[in-house]
Amino acid sequence: MRFVSAFLLLGTCAAGLLGSQHSAFAQSDPPYVVKDGLVDQATYNGYRRYTESCMRCHGPDGAGSSYAPALAQSLKTMDFQHFADTIVNGRKNVSSASENVMPAFGTVEDVILYLDDIYGYLKARSDDKLGRGRPKRIGEDNG
Amino acid sequence: MLLGLAAFGVAQSAVANDELVKMQQDPNQWVMPTGDYANQRYSKLDQINATNAAKLHPVWTFSTGVLRGHEGGPLVIGDTMYVHTPFPNNVFALDLNDNGKIIWKYEPRQDPNVIPVMCCDTVNRGVAYGDGKIILNQADATVVALDAKTGKEVWHVKNGDATKGETMTAAPMIVKDKVLIGISGGEFGVQGRMTAYNLKDGTVAWKAYSVGPDKDLLVDPNKTTSMGKPIGENSSLSTWQGDQWKTGGGSTWGWYSYDPGTNLVYYGTGNPSTWNPVQRPGDNKWSMTIFARDADTGMAKWAYQMTPHDEWDYDGVNEMILADIDIKGKPTKALVHFDRNGFTYALNRETGELLSADKFDPAVNWATHVDLKTGRPEVVSQYSTQANGEDKNSRNICPAALGSKDQQPAAFSPKTKLFYVPTNHVCMDYEPFKVSYTAGQPYVGATLSMFPPKGDTNLGNFIAWDADKGKIAWSIPETFSVWSGALATAGDVVFYGTLDGYLKVVDAKVGKELYRFKTPSGIIGNVNTYTHGGKQFIAVYSGVGGWAGIGMAAGLSNGTDGLGAVGAYKQLSNYTQLGGVLTVFAVD
Repeated sequence: MRFVSAFLLLGTCAAGLLGSQHSAFAQSDPPYVVKDGLVDQATYNGYRRYTESCMRCHGPDGAGSSYAPALAQSLKTMDFQHFADTIVNGRKNVSSASENVMPAFGTVEDVILYLDDIYGYLKARSDDKLGRGRPKRIGEDNG
Repeated sequence: MLLGLAAFGVAQSAVANDELVKMQQDPNQWVMPTGDYANQRYSKLDQINATNAAKLHPVWTFSTGVLRGHEGGPLVIGDTMYVHTPFPNNVFALDLNDNGKIIWKYEPRQDPNVIPVMCCDTVNRGVAYGDGKIILNQADATVVALDAKTGKEVWHVKNGDATKGETMTAAPMIVKDKVLIGISGGEFGVQGRMTAYNLKDGTVAWKAYSVGPDKDLLVDPNKTTSMGKPIGENSSLSTWQGDQWKTGGGSTWGWYSYDPGTNLVYYGTGNPSTWNPVQRPGDNKWSMTIFARDADTGMAKWAYQMTPHDEWDYDGVNEMILADIDIKGKPTKALVHFDRNGFTYALNRETGELLSADKFDPAVNWATHVDLKTGRPEVVSQYSTQANGEDKNSRNICPAALGSKDQQPAAFSPKTKLFYVPTNHVCMDYEPFKVSYTAGQPYVGATLSMFPPKGDTNLGNFIAWDADKGKIAWSIPETFSVWSGALATAGDVVFYGTLDGYLKVVDAKVGKELYRFKTPSGIIGNVNTYTHGGKQFIAVYSGVGGWAGIGMAAGLSNGTDGLGAVGAYKQLSNYTQLGGVLTVFAVD
């Protein structure tokens, strides 16, 4: 339900609203759960959705590539509002020296429905709470 | 008058055909990206040979001014060299009589929104020459014909819709009076197809889809065969659920071959979309398939699906090398194909009969073998992402999604009878999950992490393959995947590039290294050779990028411990940086 309302809000241009909705919790609690190296389902899902829609440009595990910045670094300074705004609206930086284009994901279900999860995962990476690779889930058979 | 014109048209196409058939046999030029129609990447030149290769040195260089991954290689037609770049897909004609001075340059204007819908970097694998024209496949799916002398546009045509993720990376191939154009976008749910355009004006001569109804496939259910039998009606539709074929993939982004003897063109099709096999029940024909089609009509003579119901992204697009060689001791008009899935397939290229299928990397574990009677791989359930299911991580599958070999083409020497194959030595964990299709957005549905096979630290090998015996003759371990196309010559030397930037020359018989030079960036281009003023030259692009540049620039990762030191995952970025440069070598 929370996801659906987020989707609708974004769909009607209110990325800013969404950001403010988040700011309180972003300041008090980290938007992820990492315990003894294991993650909650939301953070894990963030890893999967990141890998689905972002990895080809931003590199495995938010580590960056020659194509696009390392989000595990970017999120050290970028807040949720800026993050959401960039994903919803995309970004272009095209000149003779660079040709970076990020598409707008505002209407892409696989991204926008899981924006919180993706943010949580990358935040855990940028807070150095989570290493490279596929995270293991709390309660999962991790053998 | 009308009659006269028609007759003239026919005569002209015959001339174009004869011209290229003849030119591709002239070792002094490099007239098509594949070297010749057979995709052998072999040159009869022997001025540079095993005796003097150590004296090679760079003689001139040319910066392309573009940073992204530089795949493919330049053409040499007479005294002119044609150099191409990744997006924005500039083309330069260089005067070999005047120290590479630029005769003309073509700079297309393309919407940069195409950049993020290109799967794996904005690469381009080269331009084609024929009938006085240079054919360029732009990233945004526009095909442009340029006057080879002036660089002026003769015609252009749209081959796809980039807003739906239809893009172009493959090199065109000119056959007779037509140019074959493929499409990329297997990660975006495109409906893959091969289109033949009339070289004269860019009109469509034929179009053959990889997936869909019979009429779109250009097949004859009674005459087109697979494994020796007619494929029957609805051969594709019956292997998909509902209308999933409409976003079914089977893109055609690899290399194409042509045999003037059989008048057949050969190419492979890519992965079925999505990467989540659970979401698309069935064999998903004709993804992952080798097609043999009549060059004039596009009608399929035979088809062979290597990886039915793909569960690992083992695109079947790698080059089809045509060679008249012994297979299992029997003289054969063969088609030899080193597939992403780790098997070398040898088929009779006239009939499509499957003769052998052998692993060309011992690490390959997803299947035990290929049943030569049914043509189907025997999949190992432990590594079946279908059997393990959605949201389950299937571990230690070899090869990884980028295959035991990707598009980087192998070479074949008729002298040594060996194939020289640039390979990846990488395994993966693969977890499929449900995704929804949105036009123009990634339609992947799997996460994967990649690492070298257990106990190994090298991510690549450069191997010599004996197709007769189905065995590796020799193998050179490489720190990184070998992502550069090979060249073999009558001088009994073999050339290839490495991701850390070396051009290497090895002895064709035993693989002993004879020469290496560190170019300005990692090499993912293909080595070629030609003569100018009677002297032999070697040319190659450097400029790291592509799948390797994106996936490996950040280093490989593995969630599992105990696979050896972190040092095994040496970061490519510690060795090389971006930037496109052509380097030309010679022996004085």
